[in-house]
Amino acid sequence: MNAKAIVVTSGKGGVGKTTATANVGAALAKQGERVCVIDTDVGLRNLDVVMGLEGRVVFDLIDVFEGRCKLRQALIRDKRVETLYLLAASQTKDKSALSESRMQDTVRALLDGENFDRVLVDSPAGIEAGFRTAAAAVQGALVVVNPEVSSVRDADRIIGLLEAREITEVRLIINRLRPSMVKRGDMLEVDDVLEILGVKLIGIVPEDERVLVSTNVGSPLALDDGGPRTTAGSAFRDIARRIGGEDVAYPDLDTSKGVLAGLRRLFGGR
Amino acid sequence: MFGLFRRRKTKDDLKQRLKLVLSYDRARLSPGKMEQLKRELLAVVQKYFPSEGEDLNVRFEQHADRMVLIADLPRQQPR
Repeated sequence: MNAKAIVVTSGKGGVGKTTATANVGAALAKQGERVCVIDTDVGLRNLDVVMGLEGRVVFDLIDVFEGRCKLRQALIRDKRVETLYLLAASQTKDKSALSESRMQDTVRALLDGENFDRVLVDSPAGIEAGFRTAAAAVQGALVVVNPEVSSVRDADRIIGLLEAREITEVRLIINRLRPSMVKRGDMLEVDDVLEILGVKLIGIVPEDERVLVSTNVGSPLALDDGGPRTTAGSAFRDIARRIGGEDVAYPDLDTSKGVLAGLRRLFGGR
Repeated sequence: MFGLFRRRKTKDDLKQRLKLVLSYDRARLSPGKMEQLKRELLAVVQKYFPSEGEDLNVRFEQHADRMVLIADLPRQQPR
């Protein structure tokens, strides 16, 4: 993706925005980019705990907005990847402290002043002030969607709002896909979701218990190298490589003997 | 043989429902308003063709990347 500042959003809550931000951010940093992830879920911050950095938050995004600290003082360096930084949301303030223009200033300062290659902005659920602030300074978007009715509907709404803001690089992450349910015909296939939403795909992440285990210990799954290509961690690493411009083929996620026809037809040939 | 008894795939239902609900969402029109539009269109059509209009069908269709409002009125064959 050409966009240096990218929002991770979904409309609906609980579909995996924060997990996607932590994992894609970590994988991008590990492949050599200098990455800052920003949590804009003011009042309900969580990116800090998902990344295992909760003990090191001193200053937050709202402190930066309101001038209580320098930008650099609020940047928390990751424990494992030294080119990965977190800018945490405030847990005590509410969304009225958000500001689209301050967000634009902050992202510009990160890219130009602090020499970051990429800024990933974790958006809160919803389409109100939190989302608008998260989307205020970006040129690209990763829309996280689960293959189920409410998530797809909300994603469509979010995609409309992103297009209205002239955010041109909108890419879809289909999260929590269950190949066995797709095979039975009880879950939308990847090409169903793409047909309905009409945006380009950048990743398919299978449902994977290891995601929860990794958040329990605050260590993004994408940092654990190795393992089969059918894991969520591998899917997040693939997304980071595609963001970096690599053409990465989609693995067949069906671990049983059968053929996951939709996935195969779409991606097997590449 | 077993195919005859295979239940309908639930994802096909979901896909149809999503397409319909998104067509209303994208047009910013509720299904109720659509019914109202249909009644009013019918009233206008019947002003000019008093004996017709019962089969009027109004719907949204996705044509490539455009949403199109289709009002479909099969005319009685004039003899």
